[in-house]
Amino acid sequence: MLLTQNEDTIVALATPAGVGAISVIRVSGPLSFSAADKIFAGKIKIADSASHTIHYGKIYDSRGELIDDVLVSVFKAPNSYTGEDSIEISTHGSQLIVQKIIRVLIENGVRLAEPGEFTKRAFLNGRLDLAQAEAVADVINSRTEASLKGARNQLNGLLSQKIEALREMLINSSSLIELELDFAEENIEFVSLNEVKKNIESIIGEIDRLLESYSFGKVIKDGVNVALVGVPNVGKSSLLNYILKESRAIVSEIPGTTRDIIREEVSIDGILFKLYDTAGIRLTEDIIEKEGVYRSRDAVRNSDIVIFINDAVNGFSLELFNELLELTSENRIIKIANKIDLKPDVNFSNDVKVSAKTGEGMDLLFKKLKIKALGTESYSEKTAIVTNLRHYNALLKAKEFLLNAVESINSKMTGEFIAVDLRNAESSLGEIIGKVTTDDILNNIFAKFCIGK
Amino acid sequence: MKYFDVIIVGGGHAGIEAASVASRMGCSTAIVTMDKNAIGRMSCNPAIGGSAKGHLVHEIDALGGEMGLIADRSGIQFRTLNKSKGPAVWAGRSQNDRKLYSIEALKVVEKINNLEIIEDSIIDAIEEDKKINGVKLKSGSEIACKALIVCSGTFLNGLMHTGLKSTKGGRFGEAPAVGLTESLIKMGFVSGRLKTGTPPRLKKESINWDILEEQPGDVPPLPFSLRTNKNEFPVLPQLSCYITYTDKSVHKILEKGFDQSPMFTGLIEGVGPRYCPSIEDKIVRFADKERHQLFLEPEGLDSDQIYINGFSTSLPAEIQFEALRKIKGLESVEMVRPGYAVEYDYFPPYQIDLTLETKLIEGLYFAGQINGTSGYEEAAGQGIIAGINAALKIQKRKEFVLKRHEAYIGVLIDDLVGKSTNEPYRMFTSRAEHRLLIRQDNADRRLMKYGYEFGLIPKDLYNELKENEILILKTKELVSNVKIKPERVNPILSKFGTQEIANSETIDKLAKRPEVSLLELIKQIDENEYPLVKAIKINPKVIEQVEIETKYEGYIKRQEELIARMEKLEKLTIPINFNYLNLKTISAEGKEKLNKIRPRSVGQASRISGVTPADISVLLVYLKN
Repeated sequence: MLLTQNEDTIVALATPAGVGAISVIRVSGPLSFSAADKIFAGKIKIADSASHTIHYGKIYDSRGELIDDVLVSVFKAPNSYTGEDSIEISTHGSQLIVQKIIRVLIENGVRLAEPGEFTKRAFLNGRLDLAQAEAVADVINSRTEASLKGARNQLNGLLSQKIEALREMLINSSSLIELELDFAEENIEFVSLNEVKKNIESIIGEIDRLLESYSFGKVIKDGVNVALVGVPNVGKSSLLNYILKESRAIVSEIPGTTRDIIREEVSIDGILFKLYDTAGIRLTEDIIEKEGVYRSRDAVRNSDIVIFINDAVNGFSLELFNELLELTSENRIIKIANKIDLKPDVNFSNDVKVSAKTGEGMDLLFKKLKIKALGTESYSEKTAIVTNLRHYNALLKAKEFLLNAVESINSKMTGEFIAVDLRNAESSLGEIIGKVTTDDILNNIFAKFCIGK
Repeated sequence: MKYFDVIIVGGGHAGIEAASVASRMGCSTAIVTMDKNAIGRMSCNPAIGGSAKGHLVHEIDALGGEMGLIADRSGIQFRTLNKSKGPAVWAGRSQNDRKLYSIEALKVVEKINNLEIIEDSIIDAIEEDKKINGVKLKSGSEIACKALIVCSGTFLNGLMHTGLKSTKGGRFGEAPAVGLTESLIKMGFVSGRLKTGTPPRLKKESINWDILEEQPGDVPPLPFSLRTNKNEFPVLPQLSCYITYTDKSVHKILEKGFDQSPMFTGLIEGVGPRYCPSIEDKIVRFADKERHQLFLEPEGLDSDQIYINGFSTSLPAEIQFEALRKIKGLESVEMVRPGYAVEYDYFPPYQIDLTLETKLIEGLYFAGQINGTSGYEEAAGQGIIAGINAALKIQKRKEFVLKRHEAYIGVLIDDLVGKSTNEPYRMFTSRAEHRLLIRQDNADRRLMKYGYEFGLIPKDLYNELKENEILILKTKELVSNVKIKPERVNPILSKFGTQEIANSETIDKLAKRPEVSLLELIKQIDENEYPLVKAIKINPKVIEQVEIETKYEGYIKRQEELIARMEKLEKLTIPINFNYLNLKTISAEGKEKLNKIRPRSVGQASRISGVTPADISVLLVYLKN
């Protein structure tokens, strides 16, 4: 039974398994302090120390042998992550030490935590709502700073706030409609259905923005694939090298699956870009290079963005460009004129003029990459973004219902029919933050309108 | 000692229904009322029905109750509200002759064989081992019973206010019921105080009718009850209502009296309804509104009094009078008696179960205003459920609970028990998430089976319903199979102002168009080929039902989708002895409410105010373990 489970004290390694400078072991539950005091020797007892304090000391095993010098952080209920008494033990980074400490804790009445159990307890103790609990998983899995920020924003309730605001707008519209239905005999100055429609349409607009954010939310979480394409000697390698130098390369040169394609991962403004260098391979059918050509085509097909590099001196490679158009859509392509240090006045159409040698124009290229990746320039840490598929689907559903409602208004259906879809939409939004109630609508009516009879 | 299976306290709208069904289900029954002639007295509005309330009347009727019949017999105006909207929100409303309503109600009660009327007042309820077994009357005698249904209306420690003057009483000129509240509190019940109000009554001939806007009834008028003989309806001559408005000068006068208002000076402690506010409330809360609508409603055929709907007030009588005279048409009005507010005891309804039996004392039922509702129809809806359940329990049969998706009565009781109102509860269509499904027009299809099962509906009426059901099914099949050719149907489509068709199309597809009438389409079917058409054409009820379900199919489906989501939680039952206090992780308020209300399902739990979605998630996790 869960009741007894919650009486349990649980332990787990909180940092990734493997060798690091330090490892952190997390313990949560009623026995946290007493179990710690049985194995830990410091200046004062853990049980006697104040919440949110850190203590240096030594941990011994059951035979009294020293395991490690450690720091113990103390969090008292309810002011901890889980809402329970909990401690975090920072040890030197060694698998052996970690295993020994966990073992000695288990010997003292603590049990190993199940996956996600700390977060589950936090949720059960009301420390996190559903959307926040989901965000925890994202924080843990985030690989770049933006992805971490996105997840943290959600953890702070940014998306929840946004959804709540939309829900409120929707409840306002519903209230107007219900008012007319339930107080048929009142001389209520009813706002026209056109007004309601406008309101619904503006909510759809907001939902669209959130839906769009899913694509860059995903980008932020999973990264974006970029293929570098160009005929030989347009300066692809120097451009790649410049990008690697100027951005923070996360992994330098992951060996490609073939000898022809090199993949690099870089982070630009926190967004993960996976760069595929097609290494001078032309796309034209050539028997000798057939295998390589095949792979390059694949790389282009699978890329979210294609950087198409041209030589400012030698002109635009129209033939290659046309071939690209067969593999990807034009709006995914960034046309670059490279080597403008040699020829500043470029006489073909392009998106960015750069010099990989001097660095001129590279800022603009980075900006273009970001816009292409996110679909927007306006993304900031404060933007509510959707990174979770469940949320995305609920929003999609809400939008569908709202479109139905607009359709109902257009076809002159009366309030009770419009209300069906508004309620469904509201419930879909409510599902994201875990709220569904019909009372909200009625309460709103009473708060805002005059009713008699 | 005298014995009855069921004793009903009070002969109001809840009491009548409870008494009628309990006695007709075979229980010896008694109504205890202070005055036999006050049975079925309309304390406030001389009207039955209205938005959502009309739905309740139709449901009571389908279950075999009395309200619709009495309203039909005493009605002096019948209108269907919301006619410009879809059928789900159409609602019948009648103006009634106040005196005749009461007379008809008494006739109903007196006609029932094993139902006795006792003119007295109950001062004590007697229980043994948490089981009701009798009552003590004011006159000194005791009566034994198996079930006691308390329908005390506004009479429990009733206190009426006009200005700073207050008088003990449950209704104008009638004494309060004293003693019963205290008796119930002794048993362990918790009581509260509510307030409601009524407007002044005006002298008919002192009103300048010529300058007022007339509001006549529908022609032809439609009755509430399926048991009303349509050929002899309406029984009474029909009258109009009239409309007028307050203005700023009226508001100014009323404001003068605010320092003597029992509401604003804190004399009245009870909480009043937000949606039926007094005129002074409206002025304060909606200060920017320049006028409020008022309805002048006839009190009866030969009554010289007029009811001024929308002008409920408890301000001093002089102020009421002065303000009335500033209203258009009322320049030389005479006030027969001032409006007043009445405060009364209620028992927060978390203390009752969905059968309306109290959780604390077996055999004790509460129905009507004692549960915090407002309105005749809400009271009657509870009365019938309490009466049925009292009889079922005595006969050791299975309890009767209507679900939210079955009836407004189900919504009403589920809301009462789950949300335990602390202000007068009035029914609205928006309270019903299944609004498109639980309509006035299908109340019989939803509920008559129960009425029949309990012996409250005549067999011929039930047979007619069953035959109609079969015809509805066959008609649906027909309209989805039979295609009409363009040359046949296009003239009709163009007559309705909708697009003509190029290829043959099934009837149901065409009937989905809002402008198109199903009957007209059915008329195009060849009767020789489909003999069924003859029977359908002469059955407006069948056509209406098929038409509604065809036209609004998409919406009904989407509504069902939402319901299905909630249904999952309805099916998750919570053990009756579940220990909420052990759940450390639920919010303090949620824990308290859950422990108090003891919901039967997670669905019911989720509707309790104060129980947060997080609480529900936690509850789900616990129940799964």
